[in-house]
Amino acid sequence: MSATAWVELHAPVGGDAPVLRAGGDWRIVNAGQLDSELTRLDVPGDRVVVDMAALESLDTAGAWLLYRTLKLFEAQHKKIALRGARNEHHAMLREVAANDSPCEIAPPQVNTVVRVVLAVGRATVDALRAGRDFVIFFGAAVVTFLRVLLQPRRLRWNSLVYQMEQVGFNALPIVGLIAFLIGVVLAYQGAVQLQRLGAEVFVVDLIAVSVLREVGILLTAIVVAGRSGSAFTAQIGSMKANEEVDALRTLGMDPMDILVLPRVLALVITLPMLAFFADMMGLLGGGLMAWVVLDISPAMFVERLRHAVTVWSFLVGIIKAPFFAVVIALVGCHEGLQVTGSAESVGSRTTRAVVEAIFLVIVLDAAFSIFFSVVGV
Amino acid sequence: MSAVAAAGGQVIIRVRGLHTVLGGHTIHQNLDLDVRRGEVLGVVGGSGTGKSVLLRTIVGLITPTAGTVQVFGQDFAQLSARERRAYEMRWGVLFQDGALFSSLTVAQNVEVPLREHLRLPRRLMDEIAGLKISMAGLPASSGAKFPSELSGGMRKRAGLARALALDPEIVFLDEPTAGLDPIGAAAFDDLIRALQQRLGLTVFMVTHDLDSLHKICDRIAVLAEKKVLLTGAMHDMLRHEHPWVRDYFHGPRARAAQIAPVETESRAHV
Repeated sequence: MSATAWVELHAPVGGDAPVLRAGGDWRIVNAGQLDSELTRLDVPGDRVVVDMAALESLDTAGAWLLYRTLKLFEAQHKKIALRGARNEHHAMLREVAANDSPCEIAPPQVNTVVRVVLAVGRATVDALRAGRDFVIFFGAAVVTFLRVLLQPRRLRWNSLVYQMEQVGFNALPIVGLIAFLIGVVLAYQGAVQLQRLGAEVFVVDLIAVSVLREVGILLTAIVVAGRSGSAFTAQIGSMKANEEVDALRTLGMDPMDILVLPRVLALVITLPMLAFFADMMGLLGGGLMAWVVLDISPAMFVERLRHAVTVWSFLVGIIKAPFFAVVIALVGCHEGLQVTGSAESVGSRTTRAVVEAIFLVIVLDAAFSIFFSVVGV
Repeated sequence: MSAVAAAGGQVIIRVRGLHTVLGGHTIHQNLDLDVRRGEVLGVVGGSGTGKSVLLRTIVGLITPTAGTVQVFGQDFAQLSARERRAYEMRWGVLFQDGALFSSLTVAQNVEVPLREHLRLPRRLMDEIAGLKISMAGLPASSGAKFPSELSGGMRKRAGLARALALDPEIVFLDEPTAGLDPIGAAAFDDLIRALQQRLGLTVFMVTHDLDSLHKICDRIAVLAEKKVLLTGAMHDMLRHEHPWVRDYFHGPRARAAQIAPVETESRAHV
């Protein structure tokens, strides 16, 4: 299909003008080749004849090349005579001549320094604004919660139970598996180090304290942020993009009541349970590994466990769960409500929700660590 | 152009015995359709009759369950991916909202097919992009704009400029005037008609817009009962007895569309 196109220049004979002959398929598939041949062309004299009789086809790209060449001749003050052009070729030339309007391809690039300063400034303002919005949203959520406490009938029980199944029950396999595997890893790494000191049995302390105090809840919170925080943003965000949230408002229903509160409560209720489950699975994995690698029997493991931990080791972990739940759920819902029209913004908001939720969870965890060490548990 | 179509020009798209089943629903059953070179074919039908599915099947986005689709006399199911690409360069598709790549400017969008399929110097690509943007009726200043900065009508024009980038022989349009105000829709109709005539395009257009049907379509194909119920010019549609066809072409909106051009003409004479 890519038949050839050619252009040739016949040197002037005697007093005649030089003749530029164009022939073949002047279509876009040949445009690259024609472009380089035409730019190399050097036509002498102040007259030129352009012969188009051998032209088989001409599309807008070919016509553009021809038109551009004619324009160049004109700029060189040559007298141009067109020869042998068919009607449709004339029409095509007129078409491109009428649309000869070069345009900008990309927006102008600003200076790198200016751009960096601009980006930093914009990001700072955005971050401050996002912080303020989140505080406002947090306040609204608290008010909604208090209102529901006064009128429990306002709570959407169906939605609450459904969300609990989604974020709690359905998360059991993945949370359990990850906690179990981390228990295994901790036991194995601990065993390798402690064996050198002949203190293998302390691997139980290591597992118990780290899993119960930190690893169990932190891992659960991170998995849930990735799994449910993102789901909240995507669900509410697509509803927002589809104007469903506005529809709720016009029907006199408060999105805080209907969308946000059930999700927050569901996570507050289920995250401690998930964390407890993760604690147990972590201990199970660690215990199993201790049995296999260090020959610590399950009975010995339980015995050692009693010495190693107090009820506070366990509670310190679980107390953090509802706080993490509030952060994850509120960030997820808030980002969802920030979505504007496009599907693209659902995606970027979801990413932000997960990153922000995990970041805040870890900051909060650090704050809790300081707090607990001050009060001495 | 009507003369070409009426004379029974060469068939450029031939659909035979097309069956399409999507998600357990039969969309098309034994559907036949011919599109002739150089005509503007309007495809109409109620919601959910598979107009857009038909367009997507012809351009190869949906694989038919049975039947053949021939474009340029080639059965695309039989071709290798390489051969298919060569033929795909010879048509352009305008999706409903333009389907512009949002991370690229309008001019860069137009350059995408040029970059992908051809080896052209940068300067020539920029020139061709400017040419197509102007042909689609956009001001030169819109070249450096991102799709999100454009109105719906301008996005459609930019989509058309991209569809025309490789100088295609066939242009597929999916509801080109949907979502435009009447003035914008009429202007877009005019643009399609003008480009079709000047560039000798074959246009396959899915539409709901009775004004477009009256103004620019040489032939109309009605999709109903899972097949092409009838094809023909507007006067054939107006004579047909099928209840849906009668309701569609004789409803209150249809009458308004018939009257409208006459009114503007008489006003112009005053």
